[in-house]
Amino acid sequence: MPVRRLVPTQEAADLLELTRDLARSELAPRVVQAEASETFPREVFRTLGRAGLLGLPYDESVGGGGQPYEVYLQVLEEIAAVWASVGVGVSVHGLSCFGLATVGTPEQQRWLPEMLAGELLGAYCLSEPHAGSDPAAMRTRAVRDGDEYVLTGEKAWTTHGGQADFYKVMARTSDHRSRGISCFLVPGDAPGLSADPAEHKMGLTGSTTATMRFEGVRIPAERRLGEEGQGLPIALAGLDAGRLGIAAVATGLAQGALDDAVAYAKERETFGKPIIDHQGLGFLLADMAAAVETSRAMTLHAARLKDAGLPYGQQASIAKLVATDNAMKVTTDAVQVLGGFGYTRDFPVERYMREAKVMQIFEGTNQIQRLVISRALATGVTGATTVLGAPQPALVS
Amino acid sequence: MNIVVLVKQVPDSGSERKLDSSDNTVARASADNVINEMDEYAIEEALTVKESQGGEVTVLTVGPGSATDAIRKALSMGADKAVHVTDDAVHGSCAVQTSAVIAAALQQLEYDLVLCGAESTDGQVSVMPALLSERLGIPHLSGARKLTVEGTTVRVERQTDGGYWMLESSLPAIVSTWDTINEPRYPSFKGIMAAKKKPVETKSLADLGVDPASVGLATATSRVLDFAGRPPKGEGVKVADEGDGAEKLVGYLAAQKLV
Ligand SMILES: Cc1cc2nc3c(=O)[nH]c(=O)nc-3n(C[C@H](O)[C@H](O)[C@H](O)COP(=O)(O)OP(=O)(O)OC[C@H]3O[C@@H](n4cnc5c(N)ncnc54)[C@H](O)[C@@H]3O)c2cc1C
Repeated sequence: MPVRRLVPTQEAADLLELTRDLARSELAPRVVQAEASETFPREVFRTLGRAGLLGLPYDESVGGGGQPYEVYLQVLEEIAAVWASVGVGVSVHGLSCFGLATVGTPEQQRWLPEMLAGELLGAYCLSEPHAGSDPAAMRTRAVRDGDEYVLTGEKAWTTHGGQADFYKVMARTSDHRSRGISCFLVPGDAPGLSADPAEHKMGLTGSTTATMRFEGVRIPAERRLGEEGQGLPIALAGLDAGRLGIAAVATGLAQGALDDAVAYAKERETFGKPIIDHQGLGFLLADMAAAVETSRAMTLHAARLKDAGLPYGQQASIAKLVATDNAMKVTTDAVQVLGGFGYTRDFPVERYMREAKVMQIFEGTNQIQRLVISRALATGVTGATTVLGAPQPALVS
Repeated sequence: MNIVVLVKQVPDSGSERKLDSSDNTVARASADNVINEMDEYAIEEALTVKESQGGEVTVLTVGPGSATDAIRKALSMGADKAVHVTDDAVHGSCAVQTSAVIAAALQQLEYDLVLCGAESTDGQVSVMPALLSERLGIPHLSGARKLTVEGTTVRVERQTDGGYWMLESSLPAIVSTWDTINEPRYPSFKGIMAAKKKPVETKSLADLGVDPASVGLATATSRVLDFAGRPPKGEGVKVADEGDGAEKLVGYLAAQKLV
C-alpha cells in the first residue's frame, strides 16, 4: 500500500515514484534469493547508482541530487520497505561520502563526483573488535612517513567490507584518546588492505559485513580528510546523519511488515471471518500502524531540523531509538499475525524480524542513543521556535 | 531525424478501473493514472534512434490537464520537448475524432518518424496508426518488434502470431511498437531534474484549427451504450490424478480452447 506522503517539490514526488518503480521491478524479484543465499547484490547498487539514487543528499555541484534529507530519507524508506539490506547499503554509502563532502578541501572534492555518480560503492571503518560503542578506544594506527601515511590495524563489522571501492577510515595518529584520531579515504585496491571472510549474521544476510585488515597500507597524505586529530568529530557528525538513515530504513522495514500483515489478516479466516475482524488482532495491527507512523513522523521531524541547518543530533538519536525499537516490535507482531506460517521461512516476516534486530545495535546501540539523549538533557540545550524559510536544499560542502 | 512519439495517459491497468456512469466514458479523474505501458516502448525506441542518428524527440499527447504527469515521465526518460493538446471539448471522443486532433497537431510539427504504442490499455482499439496514416497520407507500419532507420528508409519486423513480416517504407512514416521491441529505460533523477526545464507547449483545439463541434461524445462515431461488471469468479475445476492427470489437464485446456 503506498504511504501517504508530503514532499516539498514535484521532482521529489517523481523521485519517489521512480524509487517505487525500481523497488518493485528491480529489488522485489531478487530479495528472497539473495537473502537466502547470503549474496551481496552488487549489481542492484549499480542500477540504483545509475538512476541517481546513491548521491541524493549531496550538492548538485559535486554530482549529487541536491535533495533535502526530508526527501532523501523517504527514498531510503521506500527502498528498505522492499529490501532492508539495500536500504542499509545506500545509507552506509551516503555516510562514507559524508566526510569528504563536509570537511574535504575543494582539491580533495574532485573525488566526490565519481563517488556520488553511483558506479563506485563506499564503506566506513570506525568500529574495532574491542571498540564498538567506545570508538575512542580504537587502536588502528596511521603513521606519517614523508608524503604518505601507513595504516596498520583491523576494523571490525565493516558493511560492504571487501566489496567497496573506497573506505572512509578512522585511525589513530596520536595517543590522545579522542583528539588523536584522524580520518582517511582509502581506495579499495590499496596494497595491504584485505577483507576477512564475511560474518555469518542472524539477518541482513544480503549485506556483507567483514573485518578489514590494514597491513602497512600506504596512502598519499592528501587522502587525509580534515586536520590530524579531527577524525572522531568527523565520524560522530557523520553518525548523526547516518542515524537518520537507519531510522528511515527501520521505518521502511516496519512498513513492509505491516503491509504484509494487513494483507494476510484480510485473507485469513478463523471462526468464520477474516482475522482482521477479530478485535484482538485488529488492535494489534492498529498498534503496529501507530508505531510505523510515529517512526516516520519522528524521523522526518529530525530531518527537517537538519535541512533547516539547526542542531538535530538529539532528535536524530530519538528517531533512531524510536524507529528501530518500533521496527523490532512491529516485525515481531507481524510474525504473530501470520501465526505458524509467520514462523516459517516460506513467508518473509520472520526475516523482517531478524533484520530489525541489528538496527537496535549498529550506528550506536540503542543504549548509546539513550546516552546521547540524556547527555543533551543534562547540558540543557534550550528550545527555540524557528520560522522555516526555504529548506536548505542539500548538504553543501 | 525528428521523431514524434504519441503518448497517452491511461488508468493503471494494475488497479481497479471504472467507467463514469453519467456518460459511460473512462473515469479518469478518480483513477490512478499512468503513462500507457506500451508507449514506454515507443519512447525508448525513439530515444535509441535519436542516440544513433541525432535529432529531436517530441512527445505529443491529447488529454486532460493531469496528462502532464505522463508528459513529465516521457521527458524524464530523455525526450526533448512536448506538445500537450488539451481542450474540454475533446472529452468522450472516439478514435476517429481523436485521430483528427492528433493529425492536426502533427501537421504543426516537423517529423520524419512518428512512433506510438501498438495499443492503449484503456481503449485497446489499436487503429490510431492506420487512421493517422490515412489523414496524413504517410505509410504506416504497425506492430513492430524491431525497427531500423537508414537514410530515408525505415525497416520494421511486424510481429504476428506465427512469426513476423519484413516491412519497409520511405520516411516520413508512422510505426507502432509492441513490448517485444526493447526494454524501456528507467528515468534517472538527473532526467527528472532536466525534465523541469524542457519546453511543454499547450494547445487548444482553436490553436490546431479543429472545430470543437467535430469532436467529443455528442458526435462520436462510437460510444459505450451500457456496461456491466465482470461476473464473479466461478469455482475452480479440480482434476483428480488417477494416473491420467496430465491427459485430463490437457483435455480441459483444449476444451476451453486455451491450447
Ligand atoms: C551488521 C552490522 C553492520 C555494521 N556496520 C558497521 C560499519 O559499516 N562500520 C562500523 O564502523 N561499524 C559497523 N558495525 C559495528 C556497530 O556499530 C557496533 O557493533 C556497535 O556500535 C556496538 O558495538 P559492539 O558490537 O562492540 O558492542 P559493545 O560496545 O561491546 O556493547 C555491548 C553491549 O553493551 C552496551 N553498552 C556498551 N557501552 C555502554 C554504556 N556506556 N552504557 C550502557 N550500555 C552500554 C551496548 O549497548 C551493548 O548492548 C556494524 C555492526 C553490525 C552488527
